[in-house]
Amino acid sequence: MREVMTKSMARNIFYGGSLFFIIIFLGLSFHSHRYIVTTSTNVETLTHGVAAGKKVWEDKACINCHTLLGEGAYFAPEIANVLTRWGVADDPEGAFEAVKGWMESQPTGIEGRRQMPQFNLSDEEIQNLTEWLLWVETIDTQNWPPNEAG
Amino acid sequence: MKYQSQKIALVYFAVAMGLFAIQVLGGLLAGWIYVSPNTLSELLPFNIVRMLHTNSLIVWLLLGFFGAAYFLIPEESEREIYSEKLAYLQLAILVLGTLGVVVTYVFNLFEGHWLLGKEGREFIEQPKWVKAGIVVAALIFLYNVTMTVLQGKKTAITNILLLGLWGLALLFLFSFYNPHNLALDKMYWWYIVHLWVEGVWELIMASILAYLMLKLTGVDREVVEKWLYVIVAAALFSGILGTGHHYYWIGTPGYWQWIGSVFSSLEVIPFFAMMAFAFVMVWKGRRDHPNKAALLWSLGCGTLAFFGAGVWGFLHTLHGVNYYTHGTQITAAHGHLAFYGAYVCLNLAIISYALPVLRNRDPYNQVLNMASFWMMTSGMVFMTFVLTFAGTVQTHMQRVLGEYFMDVQDSVAIFYWMRFGSGVVVVLGAILFIYAMAVPRKEIIEAGSAETPAE
Repeated sequence: MREVMTKSMARNIFYGGSLFFIIIFLGLSFHSHRYIVTTSTNVETLTHGVAAGKKVWEDKACINCHTLLGEGAYFAPEIANVLTRWGVADDPEGAFEAVKGWMESQPTGIEGRRQMPQFNLSDEEIQNLTEWLLWVETIDTQNWPPNEAG
Repeated sequence: MKYQSQKIALVYFAVAMGLFAIQVLGGLLAGWIYVSPNTLSELLPFNIVRMLHTNSLIVWLLLGFFGAAYFLIPEESEREIYSEKLAYLQLAILVLGTLGVVVTYVFNLFEGHWLLGKEGREFIEQPKWVKAGIVVAALIFLYNVTMTVLQGKKTAITNILLLGLWGLALLFLFSFYNPHNLALDKMYWWYIVHLWVEGVWELIMASILAYLMLKLTGVDREVVEKWLYVIVAAALFSGILGTGHHYYWIGTPGYWQWIGSVFSSLEVIPFFAMMAFAFVMVWKGRRDHPNKAALLWSLGCGTLAFFGAGVWGFLHTLHGVNYYTHGTQITAAHGHLAFYGAYVCLNLAIISYALPVLRNRDPYNQVLNMASFWMMTSGMVFMTFVLTFAGTVQTHMQRVLGEYFMDVQDSVAIFYWMRFGSGVVVVLGAILFIYAMAVPRKEIIEAGSAETPAE
C-alpha cells in the first residue's frame, strides 16, 4: 500500500468522500421526508386522537416487547397489522371493542404463557390507541409484512 | 502512566464495569423470562427488563469510549487533559442520569410526564431530563477533549476519535425530535441508531484499535494511520447510504431497497479491513508486548466484529431476504454478536491494556482475563448460532407459511433454552473479567520469594 497511496492522500479521500456521501444522503433524506408526508402516509387523517394513541404506545414502552413494522423487541407479536389479523381493520367500532377486550383481559396469568401487563387504560386512551393503530395500517410499507401473521 | 490526568479513565472504566455487570445480569433475566414467562411478570415485566439490558449496554459502552478518550488523548497530544474537574463533573452528571433512569424504569415513576417520564422509543427511552443531562455531559466532554487536542499535538488517531465523538453527540440531538407521523419518527430515529453503530461509532472503534495496535505491536505510526484513514473511509462510504437497509418497510420510498442493499453489503468491507489490519500489524510488529490479554481482546474484536456485524449483517441485509427475516430472531442473533464483537470487545481490550498502565503495575491475571475472553466469546457465538436457528425456523413458519407468532415461538422453545445456557456462560465470563481486572493477585509479584510470609 505504501507505493499506491500516501497518508495525506488517504486522509483527503476520507474527508472528501465522506462529505460527498453525506450530501447525497441529505438529499435523499429530504426527498424521503417529502415522500412520507405526501405519498406514503395520510397526513390529513393524522388527528389529535392518532397522536395521542402514539403517546399511549410510547408511555407504556410497548416496543420493548412487541415489534412495530418489524422494529422493536421480538418477544411479542407484530403490532402494525394487528387489526388486520383480528379482522377489524375496516371497522373502527369493532376495532375499539377488540382492543378494549384484549387490554382488559391482561395479564392472562396462564402458566407457561408470555404475560402482557395490565395497563389500566381509560376508554379514551383505548379509543386513541385504536385510532393510531388504524392509522398505522394505512402507511404504504412496500407490502410488508408478507402475511397477516406479521 | 505518563500524564497524571490519564487517571480520569480509571473511574470511567470502573463505572462502566458496574453497568456491564448489570447489563449481562439483565440479559440473563430476560433470557430466563423467555423460557419461564411467568417469572416476575407483574413485578418487573419483560419490557422493563429489556430496557435495563439495552440502556445499560449503551451507557457503559459510552463510558468506556469516554474513558478511552481520557486515557489515550494525553499520550497522543502529549499534554494533560484540559480540565480534570470538568471530566469528573461530566461523570457525575452521567451517573446521576443513569440512577434516575433505573429508578424511573423500575418503579415506573412519572409515567406520561413530558419531562420526568420515560419516553417509549426503543433505546432512547430515557426521560427528557436525562437526555438533556446527556447532552450537557457530552458538551462538557467535547469541550474538554477538544481543548486538549487543539493545544497539543494532532494525530490521525485523535482526529478520527474526535470526529466520531462529535458525530455521536450531534446525532443524539435527533432523540429530541419525535414527530407524530410514525414513518417520519422511524426515519429520523435511525439517524441516531444506525448512524451511531454503523457510522460514527466505527470511527471511534477504528481509532481506538489503531492506538492499541500502535502500542501493542510497535508498527510505524505512518503505517497505522494510513490504514486508519482507509478503514474509516470504507466505513462512512458504505455506512451512510447503508442506512437505507432500515428504510425498506417503514413508509420510505422504494429506491431505498436498492441503495440500502448495495451500500449495506459494502459495510462488510470496513469490518474486514479492521480484522485484516489487526492481524497484519501483529505479524509485522516486532514488539513483544507483555500484555497478551489486551492483544487477544484486540484481535478478538476485529474478528468477532467481522463475523457479527459484517457476515451476520450481510446475512439479512438484501431487501429480498429482509422482506422475510425482518424483525425475527435473525435480527436478535446479529445484534448480539455485532455489539459484542465490535464494541464490547473493543472496550474490554482498551480496559485490559489501560488498567495496568493506570495503576503502574504489570498486567496481572492474564490467564484469568484470557479465560474470560474465551468464555464470553464461546457463549456469545453459541448464542448467535442458536438464535440464528430459531430465526430461520421462525422465518419459514411465520413469514412463509403464515403461522401465528405465539405458535411459532412455542415451537422454537428449545433454542431459547440453549440461549439461556449460553447466557450463563457469558455472565460467568463477565464476572471473571471484572474480577481479573479489579483484584490483582499479589502472589505473582512475590513469585520466587516463597519464604516471605503472606500478607
